[in-house]
Amino acid sequence: MGDLEQHWAETRSLTTWILIVWFIFSMGIFFFADSLNSMTFFGWPLGFYMAAQGSLVIFVVLIVVLNTKQEKIDEKYGVAEDE
Amino acid sequence: MEQAKKTFIEMLPKIYGMYTGGFIAFIILMAILEQMGLGADTIGILFIVFTVVVYAGIGWLSRTMQVEAYYVAGRQVPALFNGMATAADWMSGASFVAMAGGIYFGGHGYLAFLVGWTGGYVLVASLMAPYLRKFGCYTVPDFIGTRYGGNLARLLGVIVLVVASFTYVTAQINATGTIAARALQIPFEVGVWFGLFGILLCSMLGGMRAVTWTQVAQYIVLIIAYLIPVFWMSNKQGFGLIPQLVYGEAVQRVTELEQMHQVGVLKPTESFAGLKALTVPFVEAGTGMSSWKFVTLAFCMMAGTASLPHILMRYFTTPSVKSARRSVAWSLFFIFLLYFTAPALATFTKLQILDPNLATGIIGKSIAEVNAIDWIQKWSAVKFLAISDGNGDGILQINEFFMRGDIVVLATPEIAGLPYVISGLVAAGGMAAAMSTADGLLLAIANALSHDLYYKIIDPTAETAKRLIAARILLVVLGAAGAFVASLKLTSILGAVAWAFDFAMSGLFFPLVLGVWWKRANRQGAVAGMLLGFLSGTWYLYMVRWGGMEPWLGIDHLRFGIIGCAVNLVTMIVVSLATEEPDEATQKMVDEVRIPKGETVLAASH
Repeated sequence: MGDLEQHWAETRSLTTWILIVWFIFSMGIFFFADSLNSMTFFGWPLGFYMAAQGSLVIFVVLIVVLNTKQEKIDEKYGVAEDE
Repeated sequence: MEQAKKTFIEMLPKIYGMYTGGFIAFIILMAILEQMGLGADTIGILFIVFTVVVYAGIGWLSRTMQVEAYYVAGRQVPALFNGMATAADWMSGASFVAMAGGIYFGGHGYLAFLVGWTGGYVLVASLMAPYLRKFGCYTVPDFIGTRYGGNLARLLGVIVLVVASFTYVTAQINATGTIAARALQIPFEVGVWFGLFGILLCSMLGGMRAVTWTQVAQYIVLIIAYLIPVFWMSNKQGFGLIPQLVYGEAVQRVTELEQMHQVGVLKPTESFAGLKALTVPFVEAGTGMSSWKFVTLAFCMMAGTASLPHILMRYFTTPSVKSARRSVAWSLFFIFLLYFTAPALATFTKLQILDPNLATGIIGKSIAEVNAIDWIQKWSAVKFLAISDGNGDGILQINEFFMRGDIVVLATPEIAGLPYVISGLVAAGGMAAAMSTADGLLLAIANALSHDLYYKIIDPTAETAKRLIAARILLVVLGAAGAFVASLKLTSILGAVAWAFDFAMSGLFFPLVLGVWWKRANRQGAVAGMLLGFLSGTWYLYMVRWGGMEPWLGIDHLRFGIIGCAVNLVTMIVVSLATEEPDEATQKMVDEVRIPKGETVLAASH
């Protein structure tokens, strides 16, 4: 496999992982919101908390993680932009 | 010139720092004038006029006759500022004014919008923004047209963009009209044109460059206007210093109060146009169909976010692919600041209205007592709320108190007894939110029509000056059309903001994603996918909304994008595989898009 293919393979696998986490916290857990609500998190019913705040925080963190890792991948294969 | 530009970019933190300081000084000045006896009406007028004049000034200073500056702000907007501009572009009058009210009435079910409107940015960051930035297009149809080749693909891209964005923009112009009419005390029909005038002042002379710098200014106003009242109210009422972090207990208390007041058990016996009584328990999530509806709505809003051209085109303005990616993170962070406040605001408002132990509580008090309260009188006078003793017992029950969702944001200052200057601030914030979104949408439509339809399809030899004049004429004509439609007040026919997301995802989501992620996707597949996806989505909307068809699996008119994008995906794959693979040049282009390094793909062809 050439360098560019390797770069794309790693990019693709990173993106896949990000999207799996995204799926869990944007849709997966909300199938069980009712059960989550029987638990509390710092006073919030957990299902409500995730929809009102928890998932939102995770999305912000997820994009930051994606960016950091993708920048590393780009540098590793020498395809990052010149500053 | 290059030197001057560079210093301008370097000066940005200082410029916007001073601007923020100036705005806060203006708020303080208004507060002092209020103490000295300046009338509430005058304060409202000053807030709107002052902020709109500042935006117009920025628009004037950013005027340009260069193509690159007009379409993509010269591709030099730093990630953080582009994040603010995107947040303003994104958060509409509806987010600002109606979201907290939506949560108040809809509870957990409505939170699907919050999840969808933030989760979508993960898709933007991972699937779209960096690649479209590398591509170097001016508009979203520009990507479709170049990646797949041929005028038909480009034209279909333009059509989807126009339908989705126009659905959205009339609602925004409507919102600017409503706010301007109330603050300036002019008729709504005049307010709409005033709003449009302000919007065009921001965008016409400088295109994307002007819109970028006004949107940053508008973000600052709208976030200050949203957060200050909430912090102030929370501290005044003793709910905590940083209310967003501590309202968990309040949510539980609301649940207890709702049981006490029999929310969901007592149904309203009367109805008032545009007003609602509370019938949905706040926290209850439900199972089965309710979960399914939550998840499908969140999915539509996410895929729609990642397909809406006025958002995607903001990431064409950054200096690099890396900064485009970082800018998505900033965008979501700035959006998050408002979105994680809205549920806290809804909770506190609910607590204040429902809790008999608080001075502000009204449910369970005598009707005569409630009718004597100032804010009740004021908002009933403009028909934003209504009280009716349905069972004639002289006591206000939960099903006898009707209000509009907008009140949760608009009346917070008054319910909590804050000075009028805060109400003026909230009006300025709502205006900023509606104007910035309308600007972005109108520019997306006008740019697609002038660049893709006029320049690329109709007259590829048109000179720069002619193209930019065409773009401006289109902007004015489209704005006027939007204002005209808004002034007809057809809201019941125009339908929901959610439709814009569904239209965009039906037509554009998979052609954009597969254009980068699947080399085998070809012109025939994209054309068939866009056409069938968009048509099937629209047909489904028509049948469910007006044709009397039963929604299939709970996919109602807010969620028709699921049908559209599924048809789009299947068609695109089948047709692409059934026809020959894209040529060598196209495949090479896709390879280029996938790495950040090097010239943009379109660098040579513009």
